[in-house]
Amino acid sequence: MTTVTLYALCGVILFGIGFYGVIICRHLLRKVMALNLMGTGVFLILIALARRTPGDRPDPVPHAMVLTGIVVAVSATALALALLRRLHRETEIGDLPHDAK
Amino acid sequence: MSRLRKTELAKVGFGLIVAMIVTALGCAILALPGEESGLAGAVMLNLDQAGAKNPVTAVLLNFRGYDTLLEIAVLLLAVLGARALAVDESADDSEHFRSSINPVLIGFIRVIAPVMIIVAGYLLWVGGHAPGGAFQAGAVLASLGVLLVLADINWTQHLSDYSERILLTISLVVFLSVGLATMFNARNFLEFSPSTAKWCILLIEAVATVSIAVILLALFCCGKISNARKYHETTRGRVE
Amino acid sequence: MSNLLWTFDIVLCGSLVWLAWQTLATADLFKATVLFIIFGLIMALAWARLDAPDIALAETAIGAGLTGALLLSGLAAISQPGTRQQSIKLDREK
Repeated sequence: MTTVTLYALCGVILFGIGFYGVIICRHLLRKVMALNLMGTGVFLILIALARRTPGDRPDPVPHAMVLTGIVVAVSATALALALLRRLHRETEIGDLPHDAK
Repeated sequence: MSRLRKTELAKVGFGLIVAMIVTALGCAILALPGEESGLAGAVMLNLDQAGAKNPVTAVLLNFRGYDTLLEIAVLLLAVLGARALAVDESADDSEHFRSSINPVLIGFIRVIAPVMIIVAGYLLWVGGHAPGGAFQAGAVLASLGVLLVLADINWTQHLSDYSERILLTISLVVFLSVGLATMFNARNFLEFSPSTAKWCILLIEAVATVSIAVILLALFCCGKISNARKYHETTRGRVE
Repeated sequence: MSNLLWTFDIVLCGSLVWLAWQTLATADLFKATVLFIIFGLIMALAWARLDAPDIALAETAIGAGLTGALLLSGLAAISQPGTRQQSIKLDREK
């Protein structure tokens, strides 16, 4: 067990928590947050694995990809929130309707 | 009652599925070799021709310039989406909003705004040889914009709709034209020559900083920075 | 020194997982949002620990700062009545 595997496993767990939240949580705002958690988990795995280089300088390619990913994630979050705002404005609901109602 | 049990069952069932996925992924990670150089060697080998001493900046803007170009396009698409979804809300409690602003916030902004601008410029310049770059600088500028919106400092009142659109799109345009310009020198799209790479990267980064800041701020203000105030008059108050 | 770092890593990973879980488990949406912002800040520490200072910088500014502001303003927007005056109760989770 090294630091790399510790953080990569932590990323896997975060991904799992986010995945669970995206499917199970009912409120849409919470789904957005869960989606962000999933993304962060993936980033953590990528960066942890990038540190396995023999020297002390980590692999810069995953770093650049994650940097891009963070910015794309924030724009996706903003778009999701814009959709949520509009949905709320039109229908006054913040969560998905219950299945049998 | 049976519906309740059904949802509980679904939760447990899906929890088990997620647990299985997590276990599988965890095993996959434990099975990976402990040392792997990846692309670090290739990047380091070509770093002196990249025009940036910071390997991450070199990868972002030179070796994988396509990624960054398309990323800016994605950001722009998100703004377009947010713009399309926004509705023109008329707010009439602007007096109430103005009086609800904490004076400490305004004093704080007075102190922090110049510092943030300098930090953004520093991050942009330092990105060439140390951690930093256009994204970080743009994010700092965007947070400054958010602070200004929250304090109702209306700096966008002289910004016309047209110039706002220019600010939003300028980095994509500049990025594309620099890429096309490299093609005139018998190179591939976005393949900088080692002698001019530094200035190409600096130009793209400087423009991208402004554009990213405006795009992120526009995303915060539902797509349009000029109607920032209107939105936050209607949305403020509940959070505090 | 190495033991100290190990303790730090384990505490950091533990708090990340705990914060992520709490973000989804807390009944109050406002509290969940604040927990999510804290999660972003702790995440920046993890990036710094993994020798990724570029990402740590971006995460502090974007992940914690801007996403937090976006989520809070979105939360405020959906806590208000919309255009259609209905009696559907908001935040059934509460």
